[in-house]
Amino acid sequence: MDPDRKRQIRLVVALSAAVLLAAALAYTSFSASSEARQPSQLLNANPDRSYDLTGKVAAGSVRRHGERLDFRVSDRDGSGAIPVRYQGTVPDPFREGREVVVSGHVRDGVFIGERDTLSTKCPSKFSEGKPR
Amino acid sequence: MEVLLALAIFVALVVFVSGPLRHRPREVEEMDAGLADLEARKQAKYAEIRDARLDHAAGKLSDEDFERQDAELRGEAVAILKQLDGVDKPAESGG
Amino acid sequence: MIALGTLCLILALATALFAAGAALYATRRTTGPSALPDRRWVDSSRRAVYAVAALLSGCVLLLEAAFVRSDFGFQLVADHSSTTTPAFYRLTAMWSSQAGSLLLWAWVLSLASSAVLFATRNRHREVVPYATAVLMGLGGFFVSLMLFASSPFVALHPAPAEGLGLNPLLRHPSMMIHPPMLYSGYVMWSIPFAFCIGALAARRLDASWIRSTRRFALIAWTLLSIGILLGARWSYTELGWGGYWGWDPVENASLMPWLAGTAFLHSIMVQERRGMLRVWNVSLIVATFSLALLGTFLVRSGVLQSIHAFGASTVGAPILALIAVVLVGSTLLIVSRLDELRSERRIDSLASRESIFLVNNLLLIGLCAVIFWGTFFPLISEALTGTRASLAAPWFDRYIAPLAIGLVLFAGIGPLLAWRRFSVAAARRIFLWPALAGAAVAAGCLTLADVRAKPLALLLFSFAGFTLAALAQEFARAARARRALDGGTLPRALLAVTARNRRRYGGYVVHAGIAVLMIGVAASSTFQTNRDIELAPGQSARVGSYDVHYVKPTVDIANEKIAFGALLEVRRGSKQFVLSPTRNYYRSQDPSQGPIGRFFQGESTSEVGLRAGIRNDFWTAVRPNIDGLNRAIRDGDRRFARASPDLQGLAIAAVAQSYLTNSPPATFRVIVNPLVSWLWIGALIALTGALIGIWPAAEARRRLTSSYAAKLGRELSRA
Repeated sequence: MDPDRKRQIRLVVALSAAVLLAAALAYTSFSASSEARQPSQLLNANPDRSYDLTGKVAAGSVRRHGERLDFRVSDRDGSGAIPVRYQGTVPDPFREGREVVVSGHVRDGVFIGERDTLSTKCPSKFSEGKPR
Repeated sequence: MEVLLALAIFVALVVFVSGPLRHRPREVEEMDAGLADLEARKQAKYAEIRDARLDHAAGKLSDEDFERQDAELRGEAVAILKQLDGVDKPAESGG
Repeated sequence: MIALGTLCLILALATALFAAGAALYATRRTTGPSALPDRRWVDSSRRAVYAVAALLSGCVLLLEAAFVRSDFGFQLVADHSSTTTPAFYRLTAMWSSQAGSLLLWAWVLSLASSAVLFATRNRHREVVPYATAVLMGLGGFFVSLMLFASSPFVALHPAPAEGLGLNPLLRHPSMMIHPPMLYSGYVMWSIPFAFCIGALAARRLDASWIRSTRRFALIAWTLLSIGILLGARWSYTELGWGGYWGWDPVENASLMPWLAGTAFLHSIMVQERRGMLRVWNVSLIVATFSLALLGTFLVRSGVLQSIHAFGASTVGAPILALIAVVLVGSTLLIVSRLDELRSERRIDSLASRESIFLVNNLLLIGLCAVIFWGTFFPLISEALTGTRASLAAPWFDRYIAPLAIGLVLFAGIGPLLAWRRFSVAAARRIFLWPALAGAAVAAGCLTLADVRAKPLALLLFSFAGFTLAALAQEFARAARARRALDGGTLPRALLAVTARNRRRYGGYVVHAGIAVLMIGVAASSTFQTNRDIELAPGQSARVGSYDVHYVKPTVDIANEKIAFGALLEVRRGSKQFVLSPTRNYYRSQDPSQGPIGRFFQGESTSEVGLRAGIRNDFWTAVRPNIDGLNRAIRDGDRRFARASPDLQGLAIAAVAQSYLTNSPPATFRVIVNPLVSWLWIGALIALTGALIGIWPAAEARRRLTSSYAAKLGRELSRA
């Protein structure tokens, strides 16, 4: 086989591999992703979809029951709240009034958090409190 | 006090940076750019020859393959040396 | 003093702009028969770069002096330090702020630029001016950001008596070294980038710009690696989740330039030897540098949901604009030089080292693309569907794992092959022993039921075994060959071989380190035991093959923190050890909280209990239940509201001590990580290899510095 043809074949193979990878990425990422929603947007949530709940931890709502953590999350502006049930690591900066993100599903009006998916944004300028 | 310091820094800066512009350039050897390229290519070629020898000694190249590659590389090195001596005109910067 | 700092910044900006302008002007005023840029203007621009480095060093000194003497007239010092902050953290607090880290960026850039311009002061005369212009354009940009968006020299009138102090989460040596390592890694990629642009602009498209900046690229890679590893190590040993990598956007932002940079380091070897892949190389360095800027951008803007995001988008948009300029400008330049870039050479045969380097590049770029897609997916999905959706670790793992496994395999195949062409006859001999080693590892793993069930891990272990054996064989054969030529002992031959070919054998050591590291990653992520247990004092539980016994609760009161913890006795077979994980509660600065409650409502951090070992790491963190203290705290807040600080201190101590007497069950997270120490060991091996590669060889010093006549003289005398 002459070298030019070899080169062409190699180019075609490489491009095909790249296209295949890109297609696989695109296809699976949309179905594997979880949408970010604030509590007020979860009113008509699909119980089979996974969501990333974002919002503020409502004051006075944090209760610990053994390994389980219960709290309420409200929208950033204070409206709409949803109770959350969570098990797993709780990041160090977790506090009432802080912004959090937790992944999970909605069941009967309660957000069931996936294990170890709770993360907290630290309010100070330089924040590195991460779990996940 | 700070103003004096600031002034001193500014003056030092201007004097230092404008130095080459105010004096005549020193008589430094003008290194021909084309020469630099050829020299770099020569060094790279020597490295290739050494590598091939090492590969052969390590058993990665059979004797015939090594003879062939060594001859090829030495030929290319000789071509570069000839260009360095001005016998041939240097090739375009094509590696 | 503050005004002096601002003045130095202004002078630095002016000087940087002068340096760029003078360099470009020099290219217009060509002199001599070979039309080289005007030497006087080039020299002046180089001196200007030195001056910028000096000015920025002055700024850094000024700021550090302010930190050391706790001068709270500087807003930066007041915001990030306090009189009680230990000296080490005061010195390193500079880069915990946005303005400070901008200064760090600009400072490292100016130092590196000075170094490279000094090293090339008599060479690459056509390329250097353009490179200078690029570097000083970048420097000027970052100094402008400081002057107009986020200055480190903001004064506070009147100066407060006390500062806010450092975030307790950052009080760890790794956290202080991690940012400058990372930033230096990012910044250093600008050197090869600038010289690439210079080469394209000056149309000197051979490999000489690569030779001069190769060492800087390797240094950039090394610093970036150290930065990434320190971040992972800190996460593992300090944070309460026990992991070293979470595919967080900012983590990914540092990994992407690392991957692209690794690809670049490999493919430039092909260009140096064979003159091929020139378009690919210039594209790679542009991509690497753009990704480094992107890493800087991601950390400084709130565009992606990340714990790291520092907010303050005042510098986010300009950096994004810079990235756009870099990408568009570089692309235009590359396209305009495309004809001259295309080389005549082709890859001779598939079974050659060049081919493997290509495969390696494809794998690395594939990894980079996957991470890029996953990191920016929230933005992509928002653009396409209107809602933000994000991808979590499982998605990343699914795609990264096979690509990384392939990478480990080719890290072994590459060193075995020769350049240009590889004899098929030799192939069988060369591949035999490593293949057997890989098969042996596979067979050994198959006997373990756990591993049988995880095909990916099995594949990785086998490939890593193959690669390590291949590398060992390379060293052995080379040493034997050297000994056959020169005599002497085998170890001495090994040293001689490595010393004479530092890049090659340093690279092999890096490959070995990466293989070991990947073994650690695969084992610790696939076979991890991770459990939450609730224990009352005196209780025990079994995790994996370990027996965990909660002996007693602990309380430790210090000046600024109270530590509640537990004493754990852990036993496995005949081995026994003691761990004391704690949770530190720092005093809050919030004045609305009571004098007693303030101590329990502030920031809290975990002190992890870690027992590292070659085979397993035993990791535990405790979450003590101090809810029972709330009543006493409220009582104390009421009764001691106006008491003296001493009395308050006694009350706080008493409340804390009461935790010991009636302590409720505490929750422990226990993680057993198999072979995770191999990760850190592999990383150290890889870094050693990088250092070997960076170390200048004696031959390199006999570089071309003199004229043709002198060179001829040298060669004649050697003949």
